[in-house]
Amino acid sequence: MTETAIETNGLVKVFGDNRAVDGLDLTVPAGAVFGVLGPNGAGKTTAVRMLATLLRPDGGTARVFGRDVVAEADAVRSLVGLTGQYASLDEDMTGRENLVLIGRLLGFRKPAARARADELLEAFGLTAAAERQVKNYSGGMRRRLDISATLLNTPRLLFLDEPTTGLDPRSRNQVWDIVRAVVSYGTTVLLTTQYLDEADQLASRIGVIDHGKLIAEGTPGELKSSVGAGTVHVRLRDPAQRADAEKLLSAALGATATPDPDPRRVVIRVPGHGTEHGAAEDAARALSELAVAGIVIDDFSLGQPSLDEVFLALTDHPATEKETAA
Amino acid sequence: MTTTTLSPVQSPKTAPTRSQPRPFGLVRHSLALARRSLIKTIRTPEQLLDVTLQPIIFVVLFVFLLGGAIAGDTHQYLQFLLPAILVQTVVFASVATGVSLNTDLKKGVFDRFRSLPIGRSAPLIGSVLGDLIRYVVATLSLTICGLVLGFELVNGIVPALAAVVMTIGFAFCLSWAFVLLGMVLREPGAVQGVAFLTMFPLTFGTGMMAPVDTLPGWLQSWVQVNPVAHAMEAARGLMIGGPVAGHVVWVVAWGLGLLAVFAPLAVRAYRRRT
Repeated sequence: MTETAIETNGLVKVFGDNRAVDGLDLTVPAGAVFGVLGPNGAGKTTAVRMLATLLRPDGGTARVFGRDVVAEADAVRSLVGLTGQYASLDEDMTGRENLVLIGRLLGFRKPAARARADELLEAFGLTAAAERQVKNYSGGMRRRLDISATLLNTPRLLFLDEPTTGLDPRSRNQVWDIVRAVVSYGTTVLLTTQYLDEADQLASRIGVIDHGKLIAEGTPGELKSSVGAGTVHVRLRDPAQRADAEKLLSAALGATATPDPDPRRVVIRVPGHGTEHGAAEDAARALSELAVAGIVIDDFSLGQPSLDEVFLALTDHPATEKETAA
Repeated sequence: MTTTTLSPVQSPKTAPTRSQPRPFGLVRHSLALARRSLIKTIRTPEQLLDVTLQPIIFVVLFVFLLGGAIAGDTHQYLQFLLPAILVQTVVFASVATGVSLNTDLKKGVFDRFRSLPIGRSAPLIGSVLGDLIRYVVATLSLTICGLVLGFELVNGIVPALAAVVMTIGFAFCLSWAFVLLGMVLREPGAVQGVAFLTMFPLTFGTGMMAPVDTLPGWLQSWVQVNPVAHAMEAARGLMIGGPVAGHVVWVVAWGLGLLAVFAPLAVRAYRRRT
């Protein structure tokens, strides 16, 4: 039997006219990474802040390991850790001082707080920077220190709110390694992100949020197959050949082209179900047909569906809007 | 060296989830946070200008500008002014706690404090306690300045220390009013503006610069109820001689009253602020 880490029912938060979270029903099983995917302003951060007891909900209920986030806020606080989008560290203090302070606030005695701080600095590759003030840290270092601060007392549930936004690829990979390490010792992680590939890499289940509501939920595989296996991008040398290229590719891939403002580009989503071949195989076949037809292409890529494309597939409104425009 | 050599991320060992709850949590947490505020003050000593250079400039200016006119000679006036300006400086310094908390609240670190299982009042108590250093610095710089100019501790050192303790205690109580302002106003500049508006009548509407009996009647009535004026007279009494006990009662009563009203209000405002 899997325990439930988070359960919300009709959770609502209103800021003025904006219903940031608008009846969110979410169930997150314990012991794995749950990805919350959504664009800017979808209500991800607001939802996380309510779950971490930093914001009081305007309606609905939310429970963390069975504890109500309003009535039992203190109990919830001792179970969860939050690393927000903006580093919650003291800029004037050194990395080590930050960790020791939080350790002391968590009830560690001074020697224990110091030992734990050094252990985390070591584990996150920050030992060399331990005595530097946080204001001199790079974005990636801050994020790692921030996460390590949240791990001082090993929370049962860790909220990571867009932990890799604004990081370079190397720092992003380091954060991903940290997330995997954290889960491996039994902490449940709720990760919000704008990137489908990040959710795909880390999460065992993904919830998609839009306008403060959950619009889809499932494993990364389920989600992607509902969207398509990937997207083929082709760059033509001669824009005059675009119509022919679109026709050929649509026939070969069994899908219609997505309109694109660049006259030399053709974008087609490859449907993920119904074909016995892999998406790459289908794409390769389609490309050779282009070559046979004498259409020169300068660039080609087969990518994962972007968040945009997930949204096009899951919500009808932006998709219909774009198609009528075309 | 711009980048740190990054060791691969190891899985951090599971820490003992909070050693069993220890007693006096609020005291320990507040002290840990006071230490934070102390570290920040030491790292940015320019924040201490208002308690170091500024009061010295006041003393020198007032003594040499007004001393002759008011007391007939500058030494007499220094004896009269210094205990009072000490009170003025320390009390004025209490505004800074509200201003810096207002700035601090907007930074992510307060989110962290809020998400920790600690007393809601600990971050505020920590800041107020940490800023006690400012009062001590103010006292030291004024004492040194006064002694250089020839100030005499007529009653000796122990009564002078008592005056300092009383003044710092009162400033501690009063600072909660500015903490409350820091919680309810949006901008640090607004906190400072409103605080200064109340501070000028409180610190200058006193017998600091001129004997009370030279003031018009309406001003004398204000001086009689103003706790800062009583603190100044008590400090004078303790340092250079004069009545003390009656003034101290006023100061203590006002201090405790301010603390009892503003500390709970400030904590409540902090809780509500999101």
